[in-house]
Formats: sequence, structure tokens, C-alpha cells
Amino acid sequence: MRKQGLQIAGFAAVVAAIHLVASLTGNVYHLTQMTMSAYYSLVVLGLCILTGYAGQISIGHAGFFAIGGYLSALLTTHDLSAHGGPIVSGLATMGILTRRPDLYGGDLLTVHPWAACIFAVLTAVAIAYAIGGPVLKLKGHYLAMATLGFGIIVYRIVLGTTLVGAADGIYDVPAFPLLPGIAVSGKSSLRVMNYYVAWGFVILGMVFLLNLVRSRVGRALASIHGAEDAAEAMGIPTARYKLKIFVVSAAFAAVAGVLLTHYNGGIGPSESSVMKSVRYLAIVAIGGMANLWGTLLMSLLLNYLSLRGYFGTYDDAVFGGILILIMLFAPDGLLRRQLFEDLKEAVFPAGGEKET
Amino acid sequence: MKLLSVRGLSKRFGGIHAVDDVSFDVPQGSIMALIGPNGAGKTTLFHLVSGFLPPDRGSVVFDGSDVLGLMPHQIAARGMARTFQQIRLFPKMSVLENILVGRHLHSRGGFLACMLHLPFTRREERGVREAGREILTFLGLSTQADAEAVRLSYGQQRMVELGRALACEPKILLLDEPAAGLNMRETAEMGKLIGRIRDRGVTVFLVEHDMSLVMDISDEIIVLSYGQKIAENVPSAIQQDPDVIRIYLGDGDA
Repeated sequence: MRKQGLQIAGFAAVVAAIHLVASLTGNVYHLTQMTMSAYYSLVVLGLCILTGYAGQISIGHAGFFAIGGYLSALLTTHDLSAHGGPIVSGLATMGILTRRPDLYGGDLLTVHPWAACIFAVLTAVAIAYAIGGPVLKLKGHYLAMATLGFGIIVYRIVLGTTLVGAADGIYDVPAFPLLPGIAVSGKSSLRVMNYYVAWGFVILGMVFLLNLVRSRVGRALASIHGAEDAAEAMGIPTARYKLKIFVVSAAFAAVAGVLLTHYNGGIGPSESSVMKSVRYLAIVAIGGMANLWGTLLMSLLLNYLSLRGYFGTYDDAVFGGILILIMLFAPDGLLRRQLFEDLKEAVFPAGGEKET
Repeated sequence: MKLLSVRGLSKRFGGIHAVDDVSFDVPQGSIMALIGPNGAGKTTLFHLVSGFLPPDRGSVVFDGSDVLGLMPHQIAARGMARTFQQIRLFPKMSVLENILVGRHLHSRGGFLACMLHLPFTRREERGVREAGREILTFLGLSTQADAEAVRLSYGQQRMVELGRALACEPKILLLDEPAAGLNMRETAEMGKLIGRIRDRGVTVFLVEHDMSLVMDISDEIIVLSYGQKIAENVPSAIQQDPDVIRIYLGDGDA
């Protein structure tokens, strides 16, 4: 556990060092992409624990991200002042609604971001519960196809619903006042603060997940990955554990969706596209599958490069290509613990004393 | 006292009676063996008893309660642990970690408590590791604690799987061919180990092909042929049983 504390502290130092380098070189605006990269990393970490550790693949996590983001965006932008009914006034007296000026100086009555966030995440969790039950009975490719189907359904619904802006998405989403003086907002004056807020969320999520994988529950999840029937014989309720980790993973995606939407001030249908889900999975794969730190570093790097436009028009192709190459040549992921030993064995084949 | 009581258990696969109206009792504290030619239905019977397959008919009463229709993990929670014919160790986990999974039923920390690393989960984890190391000492595998389990020799892998089941602190241990693939020395060690497990107060019910092992350690033997129980007796009587000799050695005119 002391080792874990040192790793977290080291990572926090890297986050601060990136800020330092960016400001010394006059590139503070790069922190915007680093902030977005942090929120995407939350999704990827949640997927890492589901797919890398528990062995349950999902190609539908962009769907959970979008459910979180879209619901929060809709609730915090949809003007309720025209609906004067008892429900609206009741919600207003409970403090769930808030008034703010719109872009043109008019008066908007919307749901408060905190209430919207909680509702959005709980809805994503409820949907994960509902679809997880039947879907997680499937294994391997069948599970991949089912979650892919879920992702496509969310994408088509978002694209075909005028209430959520159809192809335009939702814009003019307000800042999210997390605590007094701290808001998730894309304003350039709040850029540095938001950079630390975002990576603070990632570090918090990382601590939760590291604690989990090093616990009794983490061992149970890994045993389900390794030999489900043997796990069951050891008294592990495998179906319930798979469902729970699926829901935890979906909650990570939904929280990331809410926060990034408030940071960007909007969300569009591309956030729910299948290529986003493929991208998340590709990052988990190149990060070493059951390797939270490797996944986090790869996510930080690849999301940043992608958001800065280094991959140009090949953006999606790069992530699709990564996934294919990893599955072909290193199905256990790239940054796995065994990597260095394997390299040593490849360079000094005679040095391998282990019997196989 | 009867720990496990099986009555009229039957399972068909298509037209084949894999297990056909089998009844028997396993007394508390005994070592009971199930033998029979290949395809006699021994492993199917194990799967039916441990909840991995639903039977067509019959009843399974374990430790005073009917366990038919329960999920395997629920049956495990009532004190029945098992091993598999094909070794089912958890890959990418050390020997110790494999054993620790067996302590699942004896710890409580849930998803939230583990994520928050609450104080009680830390205490619990210390206890789990202590128990795991005790099992390794019992098996004589302490020096291998941190080795990747699936890289051990076949015989040691069998020991780890057995240790993992033992870590559940079961009332009854179901062993599906514990000596399969072991050499003579390893088989003898396995026999001694099974005896020591019984001495810890664990009832043992095993399927085995190795006759010398079965005759050596069993208190009682059940013989299965084409899904039916054809004999049940002490080892010395089973060796003399004409029906048993016939199914193992064939008829005089064969």
C-alpha cells in the first residue's frame, strides 16, 4: 500500500510537471487538450477494470458516456419557465432548479448542474443494470456484439432525437459549480484550475480502482477472467460480480460524460459513436489490459495526440489499427508485466533457465 | 452421520443415461471413492452434486438441507468445495493468490468497502493472507508462494488446486481424479495428503482411476457402470466382487 501511495504521488508530480513545462514554454493552451484527455481517461480506466481485469469486453462504453453527457446537458439547458405546473414549482422550491441568463440575455429556468449530474449518472447506472443482466450471460465475441449493438442504439437515438439537437447536439451547457470557487468550465481564465480538477478526478478514480484490484473483490474479478467455473466453485457469485463491475464501469463513463460536457459547454452525437468505443478499447489493449497504470499513461498520451490533431484525418483509423495490431500480435496487451522478461528472453535466448 | 445423501439421481443426454437412478450416502469424516470405466458417468455425477449441471430427477441433501437447484456458488457457501478433472487454476496469478481466492467465502468486503479500502477490509486481508500461507505450509508449497501457478509442474498444480479448495474450509471436498497425470511418487504423496485432509476433519469424496490409490485410502467405494451403481462396499470386498471384476477385466468369453 505504501508503494501505491508513492505511485499516486509520482503521478501527481507528473501532472504538475506537465503544467510547469507548458507554462514555461508558453503553451498553456495545451492544457485544454490535457484536461479533455483526463476525462476520456476516466472512461478508459473504468473499461480497463471491466475488460482488462474481469475479462468482460464492452464496445458500448461511448453509449454510457453519452447517456451521462446528454442527460446533464439536456437538463441544464432545457428552459422550464414555460412549464409553470406544480412539478416545476415544487422542484424550484426544493432548490433543484436554477435561473441563469441565456446567450441573448433572456431568462432561463433549468435544472441545477448538481441535480442534473446525479440524475444523469443514476440513469446510466440503471440502464447498465438493466442491460447488464441479460448481456453478461454472453461470452467473448457474443458479448462484444451485444455491447456494440447497445452503443449503436444510443448513437441512433441521439442522432434521431430533435429534443437533444439531433446532428447538432446540445450547446450552451453551463459551467458546473463543483464547490464554492471551483467550477468545471471551459473559460480560458479557469483553464489551469480545470486542468487540476480533471486530473484530480482521475487520481481519485485511480485510487478507487487500485484499491479494488488489490482486494478480495479484485481477486474475485480476476478469477472470473481466468476460469469462471472454478471461481463459481470457490463460492464467488460470478453473475452478480460481473454485473456489479459492469455498472461500476458504466458509472465511470457517465461521470466522465457529465464532466466533459460541462467543460466543453456542449456535446454532439460523435461522442456516442462506435469509433469512440473502439478507441477506448484500443487504449486499454495497448495499455496492457490488466494494467491500470499502463492504460492511464497510454490514454493520457494518445488522447492528447488525437485532440491536438496529430493523427489528422486518420484519427479513427489509428485507434482501429492499434486494436487490430494488438489483438494479432499481443492479445494480452502491450504494456504487460511480462513484456520486459519476454524481451530479455528474445535477446538472450540461452539465458532462459525457466522450464516451460 | 450422513453428510451427503443422494437419492435416485438421474441425468440423460439425448438417449444416453449418463447417470441412472443412483443413490448413496457419504458419512461424515470418511473418504468415499467413486470408480468405474471411462464414460460411466462419474464426472457427470460430480457436476450434478455440486450444482454445475441440473439433474432430471432425484435429490441431493447436503448437511441436512436440500441443495438441488442451487447455484454452484451457493452450494460452495454451504461447505462443498471441488476440484476439476482438467486443472482449472487461475492464470496470471501467483500460487498464493490462487489459494487466496479460496478464502472468498471467509471474508466480507464488498465493492464499495474495497474501493474505499476501509479499515475492516485491511484487517480482513491480513487474516486472509495468514490463512493462505498456512495452507501453503500444509501443502509444502511455501517456497513457491510467489511463482505463477500455471508455470508449476503438473503435480504441483494439482496440489495448488486442492489447496485452493481446502482454503474454502469445506465440510466436504469433491476431488475429480486428483491423481490424473501424476507419476507414482506424486500419486503416493497425493494419497498421503488426502489422508491428512481427512484428519483435519474434512470429508472427502473422490473420483479416481488409479486403483492402488483408491484401494489404499478409501473407507468405502462406489462402482458406477453405464450410469448405474453396481456395487458399494469396503475396498477389500470391491476387489473380490465378481461384477466389478467383470466390468474391469471383461467377460470370460471376451
